[in-house]
Amino acid sequence: MFYRQKHLLAIEGLEPPAISQLLDLAESYVLLNRSGKTQRDLLRGRTLINLFFEDSTRTRTSFELAGKRLGADVINMSVSTSSVNKGETLIDTAATLNAMHCDLLVVRHGQSGAPLLLAQIVDAAVINAGDGTHEHPTQALLDALTIKRRKGRIAGLIVAICGDIAHSRVARSNIHLLTTMGCQVRVVGPPTLIPAEVSELGVTVFHDMALGLAGADVVMMLRLQRERMSRGEVPSAREFFRFYGLDMDKLAHAKPDAIVMHPGPMNRGVEIDSAVADDPLRSVIKEQVEMGVAVRMAVLDTLSRDHRRNER
Amino acid sequence: MNADTFFSRVRILGAGIDVFGDLLVRDGLIADFGPSLGQPEGATIIEAEGAILCPGLVDMRAALGEPGFEYRETIASAAVAAAAGGITTLAALPDTQPAIDDPALVQLLRTRGEETGSLTILPYGAVTRGCRGEELSEIGLLREAGAVAFTDGSRAIGSARLMRLALSYARGFGARIVQHPEEPSLAAGGSATESEQSTRLGLPGIPAAAEAMMVARDIRLAELTGGAVHFSHVSTGEALALIRIAKAAGLAVTCDTAPPYFDLNETSIGDFRTYAKLSPPLRKEHDRKAVIAALADGTIDAIASDHQPRDADDKRQPFALASAGGSGLATLLAITLAHVHNGSLPLPAALDLLTVRPAALLGIQTGRIAKGAIADLCLFDLDRIWKVEAGKLPGKAQNTPFDGRALEGVVLGTWKRGTRVFG
Repeated sequence: MFYRQKHLLAIEGLEPPAISQLLDLAESYVLLNRSGKTQRDLLRGRTLINLFFEDSTRTRTSFELAGKRLGADVINMSVSTSSVNKGETLIDTAATLNAMHCDLLVVRHGQSGAPLLLAQIVDAAVINAGDGTHEHPTQALLDALTIKRRKGRIAGLIVAICGDIAHSRVARSNIHLLTTMGCQVRVVGPPTLIPAEVSELGVTVFHDMALGLAGADVVMMLRLQRERMSRGEVPSAREFFRFYGLDMDKLAHAKPDAIVMHPGPMNRGVEIDSAVADDPLRSVIKEQVEMGVAVRMAVLDTLSRDHRRNER
Repeated sequence: MNADTFFSRVRILGAGIDVFGDLLVRDGLIADFGPSLGQPEGATIIEAEGAILCPGLVDMRAALGEPGFEYRETIASAAVAAAAGGITTLAALPDTQPAIDDPALVQLLRTRGEETGSLTILPYGAVTRGCRGEELSEIGLLREAGAVAFTDGSRAIGSARLMRLALSYARGFGARIVQHPEEPSLAAGGSATESEQSTRLGLPGIPAAAEAMMVARDIRLAELTGGAVHFSHVSTGEALALIRIAKAAGLAVTCDTAPPYFDLNETSIGDFRTYAKLSPPLRKEHDRKAVIAALADGTIDAIASDHQPRDADDKRQPFALASAGGSGLATLLAITLAHVHNGSLPLPAALDLLTVRPAALLGIQTGRIAKGAIADLCLFDLDRIWKVEAGKLPGKAQNTPFDGRALEGVVLGTWKRGTRVFG
């Protein structure tokens, strides 16, 4: 056992053996899921709460499916920001959850660091399902699994992460995971969307898609939120698409067998052209979704192991 | 009439005085001091051989919870913490609720200070009504009522036109404008210094340049108006370089810093520690070193506590939502002494930064050891070890950024106008 933490709050700080362990376990769940032989009683009697302070049908559903496939009781709690504004603090919410004796707590929150704050208070194992612009660890794991299955390896690949790096938790988790596992990671985007001193994280910065994609094995696109235009970080969607949107012409700079990834939901015609997104040879976006369930099963399984051992 | 107090065989240190001997307090004043005085009969004898007796500290920047935020700190609880920290005079920020923008409120704060019996409160007046940054407050009337200088507290005066007016108008009353040097539009929404660390944590950053450009602007405005500007809690090497040049050019420019900015750096917020969320944010290590250098070379005129009381609910939040500010009264002296112990600052210079130099900026006569001076005194052991523990600090505000820190230097006693108020 290389994964020794109680929670999964961030990729940063995980060692390669711990990451490999999660990926290997996830891969075995891919095969089980495809054969329909998933073990359905591993988490019987365990309670998994999906606590989402931000809407996310995709991630929440993926965790829900993962929990149910392992036999857990899954409860979805959507906490609208309005009830937080009414005075209930994150701390109060945590106290409520503790009283419910939840075993696994999946948290999505708009503020960086919120899952860590919860983890300091609740008894449950906390899984970060995306916090602010900090991390989204299961997304990086599912991306890595997708890459590994398509490319046969992770180490040594050239991965270009493109678009709004500054506001992306997906980008941060992927940077940590892929550099830890031996990839050459590039970030590509306009200077207003590249965070301060990001090269200290071990990546190379490009502001030109042709240069950034040259020779890449993997092209990972990020979602560009409308807010970036209203806040003036990008003048317009059409200008962004012209210079940073992935179309077949820009993709031609990458390796001929380069795969295209996107964490979803996509803004077609903003960061990615439909012709690329729907290309069955290049786009692995649907596969990412499938890997998402397997990775989350592996995470839930791993974080429940201590608990199960204690009961024996 | 109080009995005399006789300090026996202590090191008397402050504002050019450094003698080993005795000091006599009579009628609230320093009656005499020297290598060997005769003990008067009936005097309270304070024997603390080897301890240091210095002027009570003058803290030129502290927020009180009153009026408006009594759940964080009351004047009474702040006075307890101040006395425990050796502080006998404190300049209080005006961005309270209501803001100190009315002469009656200035008088009220002064009176409330006197009622504590241990702490002189010198109120700052608000530069603008409600500290809203829109229209000038009645600077003349506030000055007349006893406001020592003018500031909008934790809010920068963002408009260059308004700052020009304030500097110009306050000059007519001989009053200084105290600025929180941070360009507001650059700092908006930020909660940590913009750096590799803010990138890793996914926190919106505040570039160090936000401080330097406000300092640069206000130096130009001080030159333009002939007004006096003071920059609070300066935290970057870039800003200090500008201040150094302005001082050399003879402009009326002064500044202070606070212990977090020469003792801590941005790594203190690792893992989203909200007790280390301050305004301005903790900076990079090279900036911390630049602050130390500016303390040593005299560019910085004073060390203030920058006390900002917060309660647990203000701080037990996701980092970006948590309220910025740290409590600082109880640790002001000991954190400063840590940098005496490590050789960065000579002890007399360090004490001057806590006493006579801020007193001069505030236009008051305390902070000195002299015959006939008011006997506001602090007695401390330079070497005794203690540990900062949030939850066990004197006073109400426990939000220290120094939690867990072992320090050398313990206040043994504090005297206000000759009366012992701590120890």
